[in-house]
Formats: sequence, structure tokens, C-alpha cells
Amino acid sequence: MELVGRIFALAVAAIFVQNFVLSRFLGLCPYIGVSKKLDSAIGMGMAVVFVMTMASTITWMIQYFLLKPLHIEFLQTIAFILTIASLVQLVEMVIQKTAPALYKSLGVFLPLITTNCAVLGVSILNINEQLTFFGAILNGLFGGLGFTLVLILMAGIRERLEKADIPQAMRGMPIAMIVAGSMAMAFLGFSGMSL
Amino acid sequence: MTVIIYSVVTLGVLALIYGLGLAFASKKFYVETDPKIEEIQEALPGANCGACGYAGCASYAEAIVKNNEEINKCAPGGADTTAVISKIMGVEASTSERKVALIHCQSGGKNNTFFRYEYQGVATCQAAVLVANGPNLCDWGCLYQNDCLRACPFDAISLDENGMRIIDTEKCTGCGACVKACPRNLIELVPVSRRVHVMCSSHDKGAISRKVCGNSTACIACTLCVKKCPVNAIEMNNNVAVIDYTKCINCGQCADVCPTGAIVDPLKEVRARKKAEAKAKAEAAKKAMEAKKAAEAKQ
Repeated sequence: MELVGRIFALAVAAIFVQNFVLSRFLGLCPYIGVSKKLDSAIGMGMAVVFVMTMASTITWMIQYFLLKPLHIEFLQTIAFILTIASLVQLVEMVIQKTAPALYKSLGVFLPLITTNCAVLGVSILNINEQLTFFGAILNGLFGGLGFTLVLILMAGIRERLEKADIPQAMRGMPIAMIVAGSMAMAFLGFSGMSL
Repeated sequence: MTVIIYSVVTLGVLALIYGLGLAFASKKFYVETDPKIEEIQEALPGANCGACGYAGCASYAEAIVKNNEEINKCAPGGADTTAVISKIMGVEASTSERKVALIHCQSGGKNNTFFRYEYQGVATCQAAVLVANGPNLCDWGCLYQNDCLRACPFDAISLDENGMRIIDTEKCTGCGACVKACPRNLIELVPVSRRVHVMCSSHDKGAISRKVCGNSTACIACTLCVKKCPVNAIEMNNNVAVIDYTKCINCGQCADVCPTGAIVDPLKEVRARKKAEAKAKAEAAKKAMEAKKAAEAKQ
């Protein structure tokens, strides 16, 4: 029971309280760029969940089995980036071969994620917060889910804004920025939760 | 010192492992794609206009290679693109003549039809046509809200100084976006070499269409052109003359007899000039002959 409680706390923290986009402000580029349509937002979200979980797993192992024993933790950033980039490439190839349907829906977004700072962010935060191996995996998974949630919410709002009667000068990007700000303020409300 | 060595070796080994891993994976998980698809995609214009009936240039390229789709469906690319694709695929295509859009109505701008009310709603044809069948008295003519102009992905439609829509036949690719956009179905794709057109779509009886057309260039279905046409290319279809472009020879005789000017012939001047030149030439030749004869008589 203790374990379930801790996992739940981790999930709430990663999805709402410490949401990657709206409270850590990581991965803002796809948040604005890929949130115009609900379909592509879901595709991007799923890809990010997948890659963040994988990246958390591998980078945790790199940190604790390679960098730490050799006392070269300062290479963290470059080693992680190298790992994430190769990982995304590998995942792309495997998916293209084994699941063409999934590749078609995720395809365009996978290479984009290579340079998504949320993925590097979750890897480094896992180390900084000294999470355990499974803690790191779950943090990656829930962080990705939080990202997906926000991306889908944003896409839903922006799809409705398309048809709304907005002053000419505010259409498109300006109103998207205002919506993003309002959503960040709403998510700020979660920071009062103590877990 | 050891730190430097460790750093270099670690990163080097990591990079090597990743590189080899990716190289191995790219062989192991290699997906065979036909290189022709990519070549054809390069040859296509990349406008993704959908004139071929596919979602975009990429899916059309795939359909050509995989499903033996016809290779002459790309309207923006035209004959040039078809030639390139036929080289890649090794098949001959029946090259069709380039088609351009034509608006079958001469009203617009200062030469409007008469109005039954003043329209002040949303400035699109689609919206205007919904209010009591449009503001203009002619039930068939142009609504002046320029849906076609906005629909054109190639900026081929513009307004002249009188507010008339003119189509740049050089820029027009025949993609048909304006044809779909016009709620009055005034726009047709016609072969670019055919220049004589009936510029009216009114199915009203002659008396009515003459009354409502502010431009007074309506087709009144008098059938003079039908009788005059030397190749029987014109037919009366429900009170409006329709030219069969497969038969038309650009002679312009129909435009000459048309009493209202509903049939336009931009080649008229060219033809008149050619005729005058031919006449002048014949006269000059005649004069030269006479002069020669006179000279011979003198001797």
C-alpha cells in the first residue's frame, strides 16, 4: 500500500504540480508548434511519453553505472544528449520496420523529439532528485503523460479559438501565447498541494 | 590526467557503440522503398494542391509507382512534369492540353448586374448566395465577393481597375480550386488554346436575362451563333450557348454575329490585322505585276 501511495504521489507531482510544460517551462517549442490540431497533438504526446520513459531508463543507467564510478559526472549533459539522439533514431527505425501504422502516425514527430529539452530535462532531473531506478522510469512516464495532457488541452482550446470572434491583431500566435500564460497560471494552483 | 583520459575514452566508446548500434539497426531494420517514389516526388511541383485527386504530391508519387496510376494527372506541373515522370517510369503518357480556368460571366465591379437589395453580410460568395439567392438580380451571375480569388493557391486571379476578376492564364495551373469555390458554378476549366468563349451562364429566358444584366452582355439564346458556326461546335443548352471546345476552331464567327456581346473573341484584332496584312501584301504584289507589265509594254 505504501508503494501505491508513493507511486500516486509521484504521478500527481509529475503530471500536475511539477508539470514539465507549465511549471518547469520545458518543451515549449512543441507545446506552441504542434498544438494546432488535436490529432497531431495526440501523436506528438504519445511519442513524447514513449521517448521520455525510454530516455529516463537508459540515462539513469548511464549515470549510475558509467559516469559515477568513473567520477566524470560533469559529462552528464553531453553523454545524455548523445544517448537521447541515438535512442530516438533507433526507436524510429524499429517502429518503421515493426509497426508501419504507428510509424505513420508518430513518424514526423519522432525526429523532432531528439532536440526536445523536456526529454533531456527529465533525464537530468531524475539524477538531481536522486530518484531510484524505478522512480526514474515512472517519473519519465508520468512527465510524458503530463506533457501530453497539456498539449491536448492546448490543442483543444486552439481548435475552438479558430472559430472564435477574436480581434484581427490577436489571431493566431498572440492569442496562443495568452492562452499558454493563462494555463500556466491555472496549473500554478496545483503547487499548493502537499504530498 | 586520468579524468581527461576517462572522459575521452568514455565518450568515444559511447559514441562508437551508438554509431555501430545505429549502423547495425539501419541494416537490420531496413525498409525497402522504391527509389522511383522519391524521384517522382522530386519531379512533382510540391504544391500539394490535390488536383490529381490525392492528398498531396507524396501520395500521388506513391500511387504512380505502386498502383500504376496515370502519370498525367498533375495539373500544376503540366506536360513538363508528365514528361519527366514518363522518363522515370518508362511509360508513355497521353499528354493532354493544359487547361485554365474561365469565368463564364462578364458582370462585376463597375459593370454589375442590377441588385435586388444591398448585401452587407459576411464578405464571401458562399454567404451571399444564401440570402434570398444572392443580392444581384441575375440568378446565375457572379456575386462579386471574390471567393475564387481567395481560393486560388497560385495568385492567378486578380481584379482589374474596374473590379472585374481576371485570370492570368500563365499563372493558372488548372488545379480547379476556384471551380469548387464558386457557388454559382461559373468557372470551367477550358483548353488554353481555345480563345473564343461564351461569357454568360444565365439559364433565364432572353428577355429576362437581358433586363437583369447590368452589363447587358447576357446570352439571350437567339441561336444566331449556333447557325453561324462552321463546325457545329455550339449548342443551346437550356437558354445559354455552350461551345464544344473539342470542335471549336477559334474562327470567331460566333462572336461576330452575337447581338449582345456575350461571346468574346480576344483574337478579333489579331485576325483583322492578319487579314489587313494579307490584303496589303496581295495589293503590293498586284502593283508590282502591273508595273512589270507596263515596263514590258514600253520596251
